[in-house]
Amino acid sequence: MGSARSKRVRRLSIAGVVLAALIGVFLGVSGFTFVEARGLSYLSNDPTTCVNCHIMREQYDSWQKSSHHAFAVCNDCHVPHDFLGKYWTKAEHGFRHSWGFTFQNFHEPIRMKDSSRAAVQGNCLRCHQSLVSEITHYSAVEKDANNCIRCHSSVGHGANR
Amino acid sequence: MRRLIYILIVILVAGATIAAMLLLQSIFTRKREAEQVVFKLVDIDETTVDPATWGKNFPRQYDAYRRTVDMERTRYGGSEADEVQGSHTYSKIEADPRLKTMWAGYAFAVDFREERGHAYMLVDQRDTERVKQFKQPGACLHCHASVIDAYREVGRKNGAAGDAGESLTSADGIAQLMAGFEKVCAMPYADATALVQHPVGCIDCHDPSTMQLRVTRPGFLNGIAVFAASSDPAPHLPSVERWRTGDRAKPYDPNALATRQEMRSFVCGQCHVEYYFKGEGKLLTYPWHNGLKVQQIEKYYDDAGFKDWTHALTGANVLKAQHPEFETWSQGIHARSGVACADCHMPYMRQGAIKISDHHVRSPLLNINNACQTCHRYSEEELLARAKTIQDRTHDMMAHALDALTQLIAAIESAKAAGASDERLQAARQLQRRAQFRLDFVNAENSMGFHADQETARTLSQAIDYARQGQIALLTAGLK
Repeated sequence: MGSARSKRVRRLSIAGVVLAALIGVFLGVSGFTFVEARGLSYLSNDPTTCVNCHIMREQYDSWQKSSHHAFAVCNDCHVPHDFLGKYWTKAEHGFRHSWGFTFQNFHEPIRMKDSSRAAVQGNCLRCHQSLVSEITHYSAVEKDANNCIRCHSSVGHGANR
Repeated sequence: MRRLIYILIVILVAGATIAAMLLLQSIFTRKREAEQVVFKLVDIDETTVDPATWGKNFPRQYDAYRRTVDMERTRYGGSEADEVQGSHTYSKIEADPRLKTMWAGYAFAVDFREERGHAYMLVDQRDTERVKQFKQPGACLHCHASVIDAYREVGRKNGAAGDAGESLTSADGIAQLMAGFEKVCAMPYADATALVQHPVGCIDCHDPSTMQLRVTRPGFLNGIAVFAASSDPAPHLPSVERWRTGDRAKPYDPNALATRQEMRSFVCGQCHVEYYFKGEGKLLTYPWHNGLKVQQIEKYYDDAGFKDWTHALTGANVLKAQHPEFETWSQGIHARSGVACADCHMPYMRQGAIKISDHHVRSPLLNINNACQTCHRYSEEELLARAKTIQDRTHDMMAHALDALTQLIAAIESAKAAGASDERLQAARQLQRRAQFRLDFVNAENSMGFHADQETARTLSQAIDYARQGQIALLTAGLK
């Protein structure tokens, strides 16, 4: 029994052990970084996640002063609500935001991209469909001129400061 | 071959680990940055006048503050000097000689140049021909130097109680300040300017113990109190409106009553205002007793029987307006919407994970993304075009007003040369005073109409009307 075990140990090459240790170190460091960066919080719906890194502080503050504050958190408006769309958007935004914040190379003040605007528009309709069906029935609401937030810009974010 | 693959894997994993560590380090740095905004290295008190000392504790704000030496040109100003000759910026009166006619007989007709940034306020004041060739009082120093400590010292020498370390807003501090202010206003400028070393600094707007904004200028403390006591509506200054509905037992005190957002305009309104030197003591006074609008200020001067000088060409008793930015902003849509001076001229900026207000005070047109886009969701080109539209229109209206005024001046001058009596010139001279003060109110204001475009148009339309009325008055009096 004892000799069989030592044989197995002997069969491990030094390179293999070093490699395994190295991969272990990498996984450990990555895991630690993930936890330190509050990685899991990004899978949640908690709006405070969006102010993890201070850039969206103004948006968070103004949301708290908006009429939708009691009814909708960030994700309700800013990510699509089908499973694939939601997690694809989270992944895509997560990568872009991390990249921007790490390398500090983004436009300030921050602006929505067209794809994000479309997601918001989709979510306006998701909740208010029955109210606006007469409008959406006759015209393309995705067009900028008919975009809900073109006029209702303060429902999600109130005063700027 | 197998060895090569092993080596490759090692290199790849090592590289990935380094990248993960770098990311971790970046995250750590940002998180720590957000935790410790201030690192106290030196003690600061009421006698710390030198901004460099404050800068040791607040390096980010200080770095930006020092950049007010920058000279960048916008279409109608900025803090410009692209034609600096020696230490001088370009001469506005040489660029538009109609201004010399408007100010004939007054120091401004001798030297009036484009203003530069805060960093130059003291050296440029000492350097202007208006100070060199004319006898000016110490009152001028109120807004061209970090003068508060000097005021208090003079105040103590003249019997005010307490010591230098007491808070400015304490009873003793205010008494020292006001006593010194009165003395220094009456001094000759050369004596007064020897008391100071720095242009506007940290202590002029910040309480050294709490860093909170505070108003330090006696002229403003007195001025805003008389304004509060007037009945001119102040929808943009909620604490003034609130004070008015109270018992009014004590005068309005901005340091005790104003909101933080109001203070972000009041600290600028300490100096960017219309003023005059009252009486023999040359006491600096803000003429806000009837309100902040041009005709209310004019009424105050009329009631006080005040003139800045007698016009050399026409003999009219005329007024000189001085940079009424605070008054003009007060009439505009931005003030009405609760936007403070600092929101556009010192907008919030981000450095790493820290948010600070940009102490590089300058034209918002040089910083459109931070200054405008925080509220206005349009491109920089669009926002610049909107500002330019307002400024171009104002510039055009002002050109018409200048033509009207100089034509009135020429008409009075020729009537006078033809021997018209003072009595027959009286009406036209009075209308010159009205037209000229309104035109100057816009000309001296540093926004080319942007701070309140409709109010500026109203002011200029009246200037043109009064100038033409003056010409009609000469004609109906039979004078040509």
